[in-house]
Amino acid sequence: MTREGKLDTQHITQNFTPNPGSTKHLSSGILLVNRYLVQDVIGIGGMGAVYRSRDMHFPNVVKLVAVKEMVNLARDPLVRQTIVQNFEREAHILVSLSHVAIPKIFDFFTYDERSYLVLELVNGKDLEALLNETQGFFSEDQVIAWAIELCDVLDFLHKHKPEPIIFRDIKPSNIMINQEGHVMLVDFGIAKLFHEGQKGTMIGTEGYSPPEQYRGEASPLADIYALGATMHHLLTHRDPRLEPPFTFAERPIRQINPAVSLELETVINTALQYSPSDRFPSTEAMKESMLMVARRTGALARIRISTPSIPSAADQGVKPLWTFKCEDEIRGGPALFNNTVFVGAYDNNLYAISSTNGEFQWKFPSEGGVVGKPAFDEANVYFGSEDHRLYAVLHRSGKIGWTFDTSGPVRCSPKVAEGHVFVGSDDGCMYAINIASGSRTWKVDTGAPIRSSPVITGDMVYFGTEEGELFCVDFRGNTKWRFRARRAITSSPLFAQGVIYFSSLDGTFYAVDAKSGWVIWRFRMGKGSVCSPVKVDNNIIFGSADGNLYCLDAGSSKELWRFKADHQISGSPTAFKDSVYCGSAEGTLYALEHRNGRVRWKFFTSGAITGAPVVHNDVVYIGSHDHILYALLA
Amino acid sequence: MLDFIKKYFKAPEPQVTEAKPTEPVELPADIRTAPLSSEQIEMVSSVKVDFYPPQIIVGSAQSVGKQRDHNEDTLLTFNAIIADGDMGIPFGLFVIADGMGGHLHGEVASGSAARALSEYLIKLLYPSLLGLDPEPQSDSLQEILENAVREAQQAVLKRAPGGGTTLTAALVIGEQVTMAHVGDSRAYFIYMDGRMQAMTLDHSLVRRLVDLGQLTEEQARVYPQKNVLYRALGQTEPFRPDIHTHLIPHPGFVLICSDGLWGCVSDTEMFNIITSSSNPSMACNRLVEAANNAGGPDNISVILVQYLG
Repeated sequence: MTREGKLDTQHITQNFTPNPGSTKHLSSGILLVNRYLVQDVIGIGGMGAVYRSRDMHFPNVVKLVAVKEMVNLARDPLVRQTIVQNFEREAHILVSLSHVAIPKIFDFFTYDERSYLVLELVNGKDLEALLNETQGFFSEDQVIAWAIELCDVLDFLHKHKPEPIIFRDIKPSNIMINQEGHVMLVDFGIAKLFHEGQKGTMIGTEGYSPPEQYRGEASPLADIYALGATMHHLLTHRDPRLEPPFTFAERPIRQINPAVSLELETVINTALQYSPSDRFPSTEAMKESMLMVARRTGALARIRISTPSIPSAADQGVKPLWTFKCEDEIRGGPALFNNTVFVGAYDNNLYAISSTNGEFQWKFPSEGGVVGKPAFDEANVYFGSEDHRLYAVLHRSGKIGWTFDTSGPVRCSPKVAEGHVFVGSDDGCMYAINIASGSRTWKVDTGAPIRSSPVITGDMVYFGTEEGELFCVDFRGNTKWRFRARRAITSSPLFAQGVIYFSSLDGTFYAVDAKSGWVIWRFRMGKGSVCSPVKVDNNIIFGSADGNLYCLDAGSSKELWRFKADHQISGSPTAFKDSVYCGSAEGTLYALEHRNGRVRWKFFTSGAITGAPVVHNDVVYIGSHDHILYALLA
Repeated sequence: MLDFIKKYFKAPEPQVTEAKPTEPVELPADIRTAPLSSEQIEMVSSVKVDFYPPQIIVGSAQSVGKQRDHNEDTLLTFNAIIADGDMGIPFGLFVIADGMGGHLHGEVASGSAARALSEYLIKLLYPSLLGLDPEPQSDSLQEILENAVREAQQAVLKRAPGGGTTLTAALVIGEQVTMAHVGDSRAYFIYMDGRMQAMTLDHSLVRRLVDLGQLTEEQARVYPQKNVLYRALGQTEPFRPDIHTHLIPHPGFVLICSDGLWGCVSDTEMFNIITSSSNPSMACNRLVEAANNAGGPDNISVILVQYLG
């Protein structure tokens, strides 16, 4: 039992986990200690089962009770005896407690290596079950009501004489809501006796426990932290056991559930303070604060004013540096080269505008709408038109260089690489056109319109089609692999660190290995997306028709933040310095901080924004369906 | 490859300019230099050798340490390559699990976890990559790894109830490595330019306290509950493993080890041993030796993966 004066910790402490091989539940119909008739298993805990049973001491009435079983797996007889003695001491204390939220204990005993507690049967569900069943958030009023009742019972326990009883295990699965909607605390600290942690082992995640509890210090302030943690989980639906411990501050309640009042968030944050002395000094104080919140928010609910959205000072301050009006919608993103902004419009023209003052330099008329973003090299600017052609125009003069004919409207934004222009057409082909000669080197027939701009890396070309395929083609025009999404891939993919990122109209955002075409991860959005993603540091940012702009970790797809715009995000985002810029379907251009998604400013146009902005020298250039090209201070 | 593209696309000829001769610089007197060993020179030499197909060299080593009487760690490596047509894709799986406690010995937990994870992954991925009818998976690698960890968890709960284990696994397909991690074993990326990056976060209480600024690193080293983990396989509470994908360092290494190594040997010493050894097996051997020389308080397991491509 002892070795070199030190207790052999491996034998002293046994975990009370049910061993499916050796411990079996009591079967229905067994009469326990000649009194309790086991009916059904109503719950399975970490240490054994809970049975609904009938107390046969009252043969003339059906008295139903809950019999909670704890299996004692201690191998050492001395240890086993100690555990049973501790259990009985605790049961003695509990039996003396009388509170509406504490199930009454009727009996306790140890029999055949198992210990039993006979308790009042509570009809209802625990909060963990309720959380799993409920899709949306609980209402703030409901959570406050439950919390006040919990403060009440904790206060009762903390004021117990001669010694305060610290519950130590407040969490959703230990809180039951009975048929009348009232709170009942179940699974008292008795569980703790069978779970003492020790050096060198793991302990449970216990995401609700405060830091000092791990050091073995327990005080009533620990219950306050755990109550705050439980309320945080109830209001955000984020299980703290799935996150690193003590990280509640990284998930502010109102960021996840904006319906929660600032006052309630403040109360919960106080309870969740790392240092016990920074929390409420007692549950009584916490209850007082919550009652104040209840009064204040209750009053607001009755009056219910809806405030009109007044643009903030920041919004009103955003004035364009210059604007340029085209004759029709600007659908594609502008491109910037040599102090000139090139942008196509639905009036068939490609415009060259001075980036410094918005002065018109030249325009080139095609015979169809120009909806893609132009590409350029040292001599030419390249753009496609709905008149089926790809144009190469000398950018200094606006004079035609050459044209290339396809068999369908060209709505794709072309790309320049290795002396070639790569462009897709609605005729289903991706073309590689030699710049020097204006003639085709190869084409790949995919059978579906190609509107997504190709991305060219090292030795491969990647692009999506309207049939939902993502192609990987080498420089000889041979297809290396194809990936199939369920609906169109309209947006342009992004290549970074060996991974291709792109979204589909099927509502999923994909990260695919560029060499093999294997999906590394995927992320579900509420709706499809026609946006191309952008990468900033180690994060991927993209928008969706569900109105959100998402920021995910590139390696794990973990969501870092999402920004909810007022309408669908229809334009691809662009990143510059600390900000990300993105347009929406009703014409708002948002400037957000890329680290946390907070709005820096908004700019309103009168038409949808479907292109990606381009930013240079602290100026953002963007076109809108309201026909205007804007230059704004970043 | 580059020549082929250039020939095909007729890229403009690069300009060659006349280079001026370099002038020697006066070295300050107190600088001491020592010649590099031939192995070190080979490692950092700027002549890049191209390997086709890209391939992986693995080394591994394990020791019970100096203070424990049996080994509760499990290490597992699997390394394959197929090159046909013009696609050569390396496929590897590298796992370390450090078991603990319960009324069965920890190696049942760590062994079950490593075997369950690798059985699931290899059964699923081998046919897709090396089988007769190769086809990419319908699930993403993220989802596949999540399922594999779930299998490992079930195996531990069933076969080592009351026990637990850490699990750090690296799945290499092509040049992407996807890691799944629970606990306080570690994975590092080592680049030839001297960078040594820990790619996993320890799920230990003490790490959390240090991150929160409640403890300094020195206090952490002597903290009484420094081995306490808030997340491990084998516990009944819900948890989520850390899973993420990165480009494998090339040139460079991936190092996976249990706390028996990183807890005793500094990052600098590990880097020096790895970059001065002639092959990964030798490096692992010397790493284990270094840990034992530092007292060997725990079981030591290490896997070193080198990507050549």
